[in-house]
Amino acid sequence: MSGDVPKIRVRGLRKAFGAKRVLDGVDLDVPAGTSLVVIGGSGTGKSVLLKCILGLIVPDDGVIEIDGRDVLRLPRAEAEAVRAKIGMLFQNGALFDSLPVWENVAFGPLAQRRVTRTQARAQAAEFLGMVGLAASVGDLSPAELSGGMQKRVALARAIAARPEILFFDEPTTGLDPIMGAVIDGLIVDCVKRLGSTAVAITHDMASARRIGDRAAMLSHGRIVWDGPAASLMDSGNAEVDQFTHGRREGPIQMELRR
Amino acid sequence: MTPVLDSLAAVGRAVIGACRATGALALFALSGLSHLVRPPFYGRMFLRALLDIGYFSLPVVALTALFTGMVLALQSYTGFARFSAEGAVASVVVLSVTRELGPVLAGLMVAGRVGAAMAAELGTMRVTDQIDALTTLSTNPMKYLVAPRLLAATVALPLLVVVADILGVLGGYIIGTLKLGFNASEYLAHTMDFVQTQDVVSGLAKAAVFGFLIALMGCFRGYNSRGGAQGVGAATTAAVVSASILILAFDYVLTELFFSR
Repeated sequence: MSGDVPKIRVRGLRKAFGAKRVLDGVDLDVPAGTSLVVIGGSGTGKSVLLKCILGLIVPDDGVIEIDGRDVLRLPRAEAEAVRAKIGMLFQNGALFDSLPVWENVAFGPLAQRRVTRTQARAQAAEFLGMVGLAASVGDLSPAELSGGMQKRVALARAIAARPEILFFDEPTTGLDPIMGAVIDGLIVDCVKRLGSTAVAITHDMASARRIGDRAAMLSHGRIVWDGPAASLMDSGNAEVDQFTHGRREGPIQMELRR
Repeated sequence: MTPVLDSLAAVGRAVIGACRATGALALFALSGLSHLVRPPFYGRMFLRALLDIGYFSLPVVALTALFTGMVLALQSYTGFARFSAEGAVASVVVLSVTRELGPVLAGLMVAGRVGAAMAAELGTMRVTDQIDALTTLSTNPMKYLVAPRLLAATVALPLLVVVADILGVLGGYIIGTLKLGFNASEYLAHTMDFVQTQDVVSGLAKAAVFGFLIALMGCFRGYNSRGGAQGVGAATTAAVVSASILILAFDYVLTELFFSR
């Protein structure tokens, strides 16, 4: 692929649920090897955007290209093969509670029959080590883990297939600030080690600046600002400034009644 | 005119809703079946489901069948005694159990135990993003979660019904010989004289269909559940109710098919 082709390119993405238009022409480029953080208020469609790229939600209109290939217009098998490049860390971890931790971590390689169960177990221990967990954690059930440990296991599962692209859906939600910083550090470390392209959505400004090279703000179904993550707190954009500083007054009006 | 039009619109919406739900169920069933014949196959998931549906349902099915056979012997004896036909007890028990009560009662018990569990498990997986997580791990949820359960239930129910048939007849035998005074060898001879291969085979065929329906409704309701804990609860209830109704409806259809001449 040419270096000019973004790893992910989104153009004119639209999605409505009934009368509610959630995405209304999203344009987004994520160059290979960079980390983009998407910020925005609750219900502005950040998760819908990720799910559209992942193929979990079918958009109404638009273009989603991964490595220059429009996954919305490819035959299903080819689109699945392209999307297999993406790993995802879900907001709540989404660990399979019927499986022990090690099978969660090695789920992808095992399900695709790329490894034997013995090899998968060894791989799981390796990836658990990468997120700072002992191999013995592999024998536990997800329900026996704390929230922070579940996030780490979910991160280990997301990177176990060595994906070219990693998505993070609010990775620090529900964690204390120290654990949040630990998870952010692990994310940055894993993304660098794998050389992946990363897209994270978050409400946590400290997390956004730690994870992202660039940041984009989603509001009213569109990307209203795009710039370096380091300038999030003094972007010069009224909507971004209101959001990052948590001001009640400003161009963003919260819908308190529905 | 407006009230009339409103009424017609409500009926129309209900009909369209019913057609949509039926279509969605049919497509779900076809998708599940198509994944049964296309690799990769998840043998471990099939064996786990088979163990869960077959082995762990054994006690409840066995007790239901045993007591049903006992009650049947008692009821038919007291009923037939009014016109001196007590000798038909053994044949009534064996035909009722193999043709009807074995598959239907086993189906209803398994629908309550397994259908509810399937809907709850898949529903919880849905609302906690575990099903989406499967997709992001390049695993088709229909192939991994639904197809093995459909196959396992279709295989397990006939096996359970074999047990139910034996224990149902045994229940009748126990009451017939110990309480009603039948001669043991005569009771067994009557049983064997009246039962035909078709009686047993038709019951097993019904059981296979019931097993498929139980897994289908459990998976369909759970897979499509929405709205957190309340949604999972509603899916579980709907799975048991719809599977039970379908079992009774298909029982009639299959009985027509097997026995009407």
